[in-house]
Amino acid sequence: MKDRHQETYKEEASELLTELEVALLELEQDPEDSDLIGRVFRALHTIKGSGAMFGFEDIASFTHEVETVFDLVRDGQIAVTKFLVDLGLAARDEIRAMLHGSSPEDEGNKAEIIAALRTLIPGQEVAAAQFPEPDPAPEEFTPAGAPVTYRIRFRPPADIFLTGTNPVHLLNELRQLGELQAVAQTEAIPGLAEINPEHCYTSWDIFLTTSLGLDAIADVFIFVADDSELDIQVIDDGSEAAGDYKKLGEILVARGELEPDHLDEVLAQRPLLGETLIQQGLLSCEQVQSALVEQQHVRTVQKKRQESKGAASIRVPSAKLDKLVDLVGELVTVQARLSQTAAGLQDADLLAIAEEVEQLTWELRDNALNIRMLPIGTIFTKFQRLVRDLSAELGREVDLLTSGADTELDKTVLERLNDPLVHLIRNSIDHGIELPEARVQAGKPRKGKLTLTARHSGAQVVIQVNDDGIGLDKDAIRSKAVALGWLAADTEIPEKELFAFIMAPGFSTAREITSVSGRGVGMDVVKRAIEALRGSIELDSRKGVGTTITIKLPLTLAIIEGLLVTIKDDFFVLPLAVVTECVELTREDVANSHGHNIANVRGEIVPYIPLRERFRIYGEPPAIEQIVITEMDSNRVGFIVDHVIGEQQTVIKSLGRIYHNVEGISGATILGDGTVALILDVPQLMQIEAAASKAAYFECN
Amino acid sequence: MSVATITETAQYLTFKLEEEIFALDISKVREVLDFTKVTKVPQTPDFMLGVINLRGSVVPVVDMRLKFGLSKTETTVHTCIIIVEIELDGENTVLGALVDSVQEVMELSPDQVEPPPRIGTRLNTKFIKGMGKKDDEFIIILEIDKVFSAEEFALAQQLGDEQLPLAQNE
Amino acid sequence: MSKVIMTVDDSASVRQMVSFTLQGAGYQVIAAVDGRDALGKMNPGPVHLVITDLNMPNLDGVGLIRQLRADAKHKFLPIIMLTTESQVERKQEGKAAGATGWIVKPFKPEQLVAVVKKVLG
Repeated sequence: MKDRHQETYKEEASELLTELEVALLELEQDPEDSDLIGRVFRALHTIKGSGAMFGFEDIASFTHEVETVFDLVRDGQIAVTKFLVDLGLAARDEIRAMLHGSSPEDEGNKAEIIAALRTLIPGQEVAAAQFPEPDPAPEEFTPAGAPVTYRIRFRPPADIFLTGTNPVHLLNELRQLGELQAVAQTEAIPGLAEINPEHCYTSWDIFLTTSLGLDAIADVFIFVADDSELDIQVIDDGSEAAGDYKKLGEILVARGELEPDHLDEVLAQRPLLGETLIQQGLLSCEQVQSALVEQQHVRTVQKKRQESKGAASIRVPSAKLDKLVDLVGELVTVQARLSQTAAGLQDADLLAIAEEVEQLTWELRDNALNIRMLPIGTIFTKFQRLVRDLSAELGREVDLLTSGADTELDKTVLERLNDPLVHLIRNSIDHGIELPEARVQAGKPRKGKLTLTARHSGAQVVIQVNDDGIGLDKDAIRSKAVALGWLAADTEIPEKELFAFIMAPGFSTAREITSVSGRGVGMDVVKRAIEALRGSIELDSRKGVGTTITIKLPLTLAIIEGLLVTIKDDFFVLPLAVVTECVELTREDVANSHGHNIANVRGEIVPYIPLRERFRIYGEPPAIEQIVITEMDSNRVGFIVDHVIGEQQTVIKSLGRIYHNVEGISGATILGDGTVALILDVPQLMQIEAAASKAAYFECN
Repeated sequence: MSVATITETAQYLTFKLEEEIFALDISKVREVLDFTKVTKVPQTPDFMLGVINLRGSVVPVVDMRLKFGLSKTETTVHTCIIIVEIELDGENTVLGALVDSVQEVMELSPDQVEPPPRIGTRLNTKFIKGMGKKDDEFIIILEIDKVFSAEEFALAQQLGDEQLPLAQNE
Repeated sequence: MSKVIMTVDDSASVRQMVSFTLQGAGYQVIAAVDGRDALGKMNPGPVHLVITDLNMPNLDGVGLIRQLRADAKHKFLPIIMLTTESQVERKQEGKAAGATGWIVKPFKPEQLVAVVKKVLG
C-alpha cells in the first residue's frame, strides 16, 4: 500500500522538479516576477510536504532548507540573484538524486548547499534551521491510571456553527473517553424575537470520569479551544479517599458561583438549598441542576470504586451464570410467542401486559449477558509478566503496549482466547522481535515493540497482535510450501494466501529450535482454536518491518438482535448490528445490472448475494425482492431475500456438531410459533463471496 | 463405545426402511416423534435433512433412507423421527433419525443374534452390530455411533461442498 | 449511507493518500486539484467535508474557504486544512476564514481518520 503511494510520489516529484527547473530558469530572466516565485515555492512546498508523508524524510528535511529561503524571497526579504538561482538548481538536482537513491558522496553536496543557503538568511547565518521531527501519531496506548473525574465547562463562541463545527460531536467524542454526564446551560438563549438561529447560545457543564488524562480531553477541544471558554478542573482524582462528596452548597462555592456568606444565610433558613437558591434568584435552575449532576456523578464514581474493591461483589460458579443465560434464552422465546399471540388476539389488556413482559425480558437479557462479559484487559495484564519473562529468557528487549483493554467479551470466549494469544505473543518475541544488537544494526530502536489491541467492529471484536520485528520471510515460506508440494514453483499467489500457509498443520520455517518454539504447538493450533470460537485469523507482515496478526471474533452472545427475513418458506435471521438498511430490488433493477450482482443504492454500487441462488432454494422469487444491506469493516454487501419481516430477539442455538462445518450459517433460533430460523453468518458469506468474485475475475482475465 | 459383540439380552427399537427391518439399542433412544416440519440447512448434503425444534432445542435430523443409499423418504402418516443420543467425537449429541415407520420394542438374547455378514448387504458392514432373527425375519442391528460418526459427517460435508456449483451469474 | 469528502490538493500523491485512507475508512471521496476545481465540483453535492491544502495555484486554500463560507449552502460545512509546521500564520488566516480544523503535514493515515471522525461525528 505504501509502495503504491511512494511510486505516485516519485512520479509527482519528478514532474515538480521539472516545473521547479523551468520556473527557476524563467526567474533568472525575470527576477521580480512574484508569480514565478510563487511557483518555485509551491513546487518546493509540495515536494517537502508529501515527501515527509511517504517516507522520504531525507528529501523533506533537505527541501525544507530550500523552501525556507524561498519563503523569505516571497516575502521580499531576500532578492533573487544568480547565486540564488544556481543554488536552487543545484538543490533541485540534489533532490532528484535523492529521489533515485542517493550515494554517500551526495551527503557532502547536500551539506554544502544547505550551508550556502543559510548564508542567505538575514541574521541567521549561524542558527541551524532544524527541520522538526514529524509528530508521532498520537499514541493511544496509555498506562491505565486511576480514573479521574473532571468538570469541563465549555462555552463555544456564538458563531461556532459558521466554522463547520458541531459541538454535539465534541460531546460524543468526550463520551468515548469515559463515563460522561453533560448538563446544557441554556439561560443565554434569548427570546424568540432576538434569536439568531445560526448562533450557538448553549454552553455545557460536563462531568467526565476517565483514566486517559487531561491531554486526551484537551485534544477533543483542540480546534475550538482558542475561541471558546474552556475550563477543565479535576473534581475527583481517583484517590482512595471516598468520603461523601461535597454538598451542593460547597460545590457552588467551589465553582465561585455562590458566596459563602449567601450560603450560610440560606442554609440557616431551610433545608432544600437548591430550591431556595433558585427562588431567591441567586442562581438559575440550570446552574443548580448542573451542580447536582456533578454531585451525583462523583458519588457514583466513588461508589463504583468502593464496589470494585470487592466489598460488593460475590463469586458465582460460572455454570450458574450459563444456566441463567439459558433460562433467559427460553424466556425470550416464550416472550416472542406471547407477543405474537397477544397481537393476534387484539386484546388491549393482553397487549399491554405482553409489552411490559417484553421490556422486562430485554432488560433481564441485557443484564444476564452483561454479567458474563469481562474486559479483555483481565488477560492483557497477565501478558505483561509473560512478555517480561520471555524477553529475559530469549535475550530480547520488549515493550508491551495494550489498547482497548476495556473491550468486553463473553467470559467463555475470553477463557478460550488466552492460550492462542499466549502462543502468538511467544511467536512474536521468539521469531519476530530481533536481538537488541540486530535491531540497532537494522536502524531500529533497541527495544522491540509488541502491541496488543482490542476493539469492537460491528458485531465482532477485533484483536490484533503486532510486533515491529523482523517480519515474515516470504521467500522462505514460499520455498517451504513448494518443498512440501503445496504450491507449484511457478505459481503466483497473493501475499495473504502465502502467509496463510504458516497456519496450516505441518508447516514450520523456524531454523533454530529454542525452548519456546520447541513446544510443539504451531500456528495451526492457534488457527483451530480461533475457528472453534467462530472467529477468523489473518496474518500480515512486511519483511524487516513487523508482523500483524488480526483475530476477529463474533461477540458470541447467546442472544442477539436480529432481522428476520424469509426466502420461500424458510426463515433466516441477520444480526441487526451489521444491517444498515433494506431496499427493494425489482425485476427491472436485476435486468439493468446485466447479470452482475450489483445494485445501485442512491448512486452507490453495492454488490449483493442472491441468497435464493446461493442456498439453492428453488422456485420463482417474488416480483419485488428485498436487499438487506450489511456493512462490516467498511465493506457493504447486500443479501437478496424475499421478504423482510422485522426485528427479532434471537436466542442463538447451536446447529449441533454434525453441522459444525456448514458454511454461511452460524446457528439457529426458534421463532415465536416454534419454527426454526437459521442465523446467517454474514462475515463468512461476505468472505465466500469475495473469494468467488475474485476467482471469477481471474477466470475472466 | 458400545461393545463389539453382543453377550447380553437387550431391548431394541425396530423400525422399517423400505421392506428392511432395523434395530437400535433402546438405551440410545430418547423418544419417538411424529413427522414435523424440518428446516433445511443450505449447502448440506441431501441426507442431512435439516433441523427441528424439539421443545426449544435445535436438533438435526438425518434421512436414514438417503443415508443408507435408498431413495428419499416420502412422508406418510407412519413416518417418524427417532430421537437418539449418540456419542460423536467423545461428546453426547442428540440427533433425529427419519424412518418410514417404527415397529416395536423387542428383546433379543445373544443366541438370537449373529455376527454381521461380510457380504450380501448393501450396507457398510461397519454400521452393523449384528443380525437378529425373529419369526424368520432378519433384523439388522445398527451400530448407531458408527453410522453417525464424525468421519461420516465430515466426508458428507466435503461431498456436499463439491456438489455445489458456484452460484455465480455470468 | 457513507459520507462524501472532498480532498483538495495540487499534490497527486497527497490526494491519492487521502482518498485511499478515507475510502478504506468507508467514506466516499471526490478529489480536486485546486480551489477553483473544488468549487466546480461542489455541485450537485452533497459534500459533507472538505479537506484542503493551503498552497495551491489558481485558488489557494484560504481563498477556497472564504468562497465556500460566502455561499449560504456551505456556511456550516466542515472544512479541514492541511498545513505545515512552517505555516502558522496561514493557519490563523484559514481559521479566520472559517476553517473547522487542521492537520499538520506530514500526517499518518490514522491521524487523518481521527480528525475526520472528530469533525463528522
